[in-house]
Amino acid sequence: MAVHDITTPAAGSSTSLRRGRRHRGERVIEAFLVVAALVSIATTVGIIVALLQPTLRFFQEVSLVEFFTSTSWTPTFADKHYGVLPLVVATILTTLIAIAVAIPLGVGAAIYLAEYASDRTRRAVKPVLEILAGIPTVVYGFFALFALNPILQKYWPGNEKPGFFNVMVAGIVMGIMIVPTIASLSEDAMSAVPRSLREGAYALASSKMQVATRVVFPAAISGIIASFVLGISRALGETMIVTIAAGLSSDKVIWNPIEAAATMTAYIANVASGDIPVDSIDYTTVFAVGSLLFVMTFALNVLSIRLVRKFREVYE
Amino acid sequence: MSTTGVVSPRVATAEGQALTQRKVRIGEVVFRLVLQACLLIAFLFLVWLVSYAVVRGWKRLDSRLWENMPVGRISRIDSAGVQSAITGTLWVILTTAVLCLPTGIFGAIYLEEYADQTKWYNRLLELNIQNLAGVPSIIFGILGLGIIARQFGLGFTVITAAIVLALLVLPIVIIATREAIRAVPQSIRQASYALGATKWQTVSRQVLPAAVPGIATGSILAISRAIGEAAPLIVLGAVTFVTTNPDGLLSKYTTLPIQIFNLIGEAQLGYQEIGAAAIVLLLGIVLLLNSIAIFVRIRFQKRW
Amino acid sequence: MTRTLRRIGTLPRIGSVVAVLAMTLAAAACGGNTSTTGTTAGAAKLSGAVAVDGSSTVAPLSKAAADIFRETQPDVSVTVGTSGTGGGFEKFCKGETDISDASRKIKDTEKEKCTAAGINPSEFIVANDALSVVVSKENTWATCLTTAQLKKIWNQGSTVNNWNQIDPAFPNEPLKLFGPGTDSGTFDFFTAAINGKEDQSRADYTPSENDNVIVQGVAGSKGGLGYFGFTYYEENKDKLNVVKVDSGGGCVEPSVASAQDGTYKPLSRPLFIYVSNKSISKPQVKGFVEFYVSSIDDIVTEAKFVPLTATQKTTLAAELETLKKG
Repeated sequence: MAVHDITTPAAGSSTSLRRGRRHRGERVIEAFLVVAALVSIATTVGIIVALLQPTLRFFQEVSLVEFFTSTSWTPTFADKHYGVLPLVVATILTTLIAIAVAIPLGVGAAIYLAEYASDRTRRAVKPVLEILAGIPTVVYGFFALFALNPILQKYWPGNEKPGFFNVMVAGIVMGIMIVPTIASLSEDAMSAVPRSLREGAYALASSKMQVATRVVFPAAISGIIASFVLGISRALGETMIVTIAAGLSSDKVIWNPIEAAATMTAYIANVASGDIPVDSIDYTTVFAVGSLLFVMTFALNVLSIRLVRKFREVYE
Repeated sequence: MSTTGVVSPRVATAEGQALTQRKVRIGEVVFRLVLQACLLIAFLFLVWLVSYAVVRGWKRLDSRLWENMPVGRISRIDSAGVQSAITGTLWVILTTAVLCLPTGIFGAIYLEEYADQTKWYNRLLELNIQNLAGVPSIIFGILGLGIIARQFGLGFTVITAAIVLALLVLPIVIIATREAIRAVPQSIRQASYALGATKWQTVSRQVLPAAVPGIATGSILAISRAIGEAAPLIVLGAVTFVTTNPDGLLSKYTTLPIQIFNLIGEAQLGYQEIGAAAIVLLLGIVLLLNSIAIFVRIRFQKRW
Repeated sequence: MTRTLRRIGTLPRIGSVVAVLAMTLAAAACGGNTSTTGTTAGAAKLSGAVAVDGSSTVAPLSKAAADIFRETQPDVSVTVGTSGTGGGFEKFCKGETDISDASRKIKDTEKEKCTAAGINPSEFIVANDALSVVVSKENTWATCLTTAQLKKIWNQGSTVNNWNQIDPAFPNEPLKLFGPGTDSGTFDFFTAAINGKEDQSRADYTPSENDNVIVQGVAGSKGGLGYFGFTYYEENKDKLNVVKVDSGGGCVEPSVASAQDGTYKPLSRPLFIYVSNKSISKPQVKGFVEFYVSSIDDIVTEAKFVPLTATQKTTLAAELETLKKG
């Protein structure tokens, strides 16, 4: 019998053994697989096309300068202003509050699970965290508006109480929503740190806290930072919680989190489902804001990939 | 000293602690408590959220919820339910699954098994998928509105919603499948090739079956995510008052998250209670799905 | 480490999963409503779909109509959306809906778009509304406001943030404003009636698309002030006080009577539905509209709107006849 030359096909090379008949069949299957993968390209192209033309129409009417520097966003009022800053600031503010909540809680939970918890605890707790991640955001929004906000209003120190809608309550609840993302990814990153590093530290008489904070945490930093960036990205794009709980005010830039402010996503949700005639300039505002949002999350994503690549330490 | 090479951290810590100062030990305890508190706070919120919904919706958590349709008259609030939303969700999600699961799984197979990672277009494909995973869901709604509903003429119907949701969760399916496929060791593939199998035979008969638990977990989580989505559907005008179950892919529809969104905003307390009950129902469904995914992962996880 | 190579491939497994999904889909389809082509109107069973969309103020009326209609015609699927008056017209003029709910008259520009697409909208006034200005139960001082005062509060550029700026006799209480969002026809109408120009309003109030939020917001703040349709006030009388409006002829309280005879000025308005001439040829749409018109009293009572006057009802019936003919 002839000895076939067995070459190990690396992923991507197509030099496996084939018979002539199956060769064609394999080609067909491969083409089919490529098409499946190309759906994702079609999606991105579709998004860009759907966003681009109305955005261009928008910028024919409104100057870039006004869009980026004016501090009032009132396209639906009679006195129209097209400065996107109120929406952007509100988005950033809710995101900041969200990660201020999520990072301590998430990293804390992750360190506990990775370094302190027993196997049994970890196996019981991780699924529950994942459940927290699976809760629909409309439910979080309902919770923010009806359960958390009254409590916040009641116990807020000082004379100025948070309003019926406010940025703070939306931000806090968004933070809770993101905790599982950060906790889960950070815990994975920390668990991936080889035991040998820990043991070396213990051998040098380090305490558990020292090992966790000075050995494991820095070693897993790339995964941890990637989790932060992912969390930020989710917070930026979150729609339901802010639509329900943060309000619709966009007439000026608001820095005070106990006031209501519309984020970019809340604005889009409101206008796209509502009253504005499609052909008017006001409708194209949806796409202009959408384009800005898309660009921001894209930039964030590229950053996160870069960061992970830069700091990744390859363990044996 | 000790004979085994692996030293459990606890033992090491005990010895380590014995060698350190007292004040560090208190710091240690505090640190540990802080960490536990972090976990506890997250849990407390979860418990609070679920119990709040249950308490709010308690009066309406009965068979009326799924047996009855929404009512348009305040006088008949007592007999209101959300059946059209439940069936609408079923229709949309099943169609979404049919659309995105095969596409995602096969796309992932291509990327992991067939694509040459050094080629620029394959790297672009990867980057594209990673980016799509982070695009806000409402942007997908805009895509659906502009192109699928209007340009393709599919209107505000079940199929449009399913396509949009499928595209939304596609990256999740692809990424999860890729992870699962990647976890299968090369030795399995090599053994298959060694026995004369073609690439597709290897993939379909060795790699995929081995990766099924991971694929299943990822798919279930993706579907679970799709069930809870409301933002893109709001943009797609998921009609608010629907009293019939969908009877085709081109029917108007409503889904549970959309119904919840509307119900909790109504003026009458009765509607809000139904909304809270619907939230409990939705949470139950999502919880069930997530538990199945976790169960699948734990039970069928292969250790290589 | 070595595993026995499995016999059953993955494809049959995937195939069986798809088959199960398909069967579930089919089962769900069988359980749902079937829709066939309509039969002749009248006492005969109708089936098919009627798409209604538009104003969220008028929607409760259409929803009530749909609900009552379903009792006699369960096979007709009436769906009611709330894209807003303008959004509703847009879909209507594209032929995507059969009936458009509107809390204001159709604009000329909108009418042109419709006729350009071959759609002739027929206007029906189905109810009256008295836009109510509300304050919290703790507000004992603002029982009546003039239109000038309302304009001072709400106009574009207004900086009024305390009740004593409206009237020195009022106490020193911060003013908290709530109102419909700019998408709403109610907003369009109020701004036009009070401020003189549609959509002209101060922007620093708490807007919400959900009238329930306005109710809760106003009820929860001592200095709260808001406005919405009469129905929402009627349903929340226990939480809110209504403000009488003085447009020069004395303080008038919104009520069924004052809305019908027009004494509640300028905030009383008619509510409309527009029916497309293309859609009326569909038996189920015809059946629904006929029902809407003939049972308008019941529908309005159910939805707690302000009913039509006798004159308005005659006009309504006449318009229906015209539509059916042409």
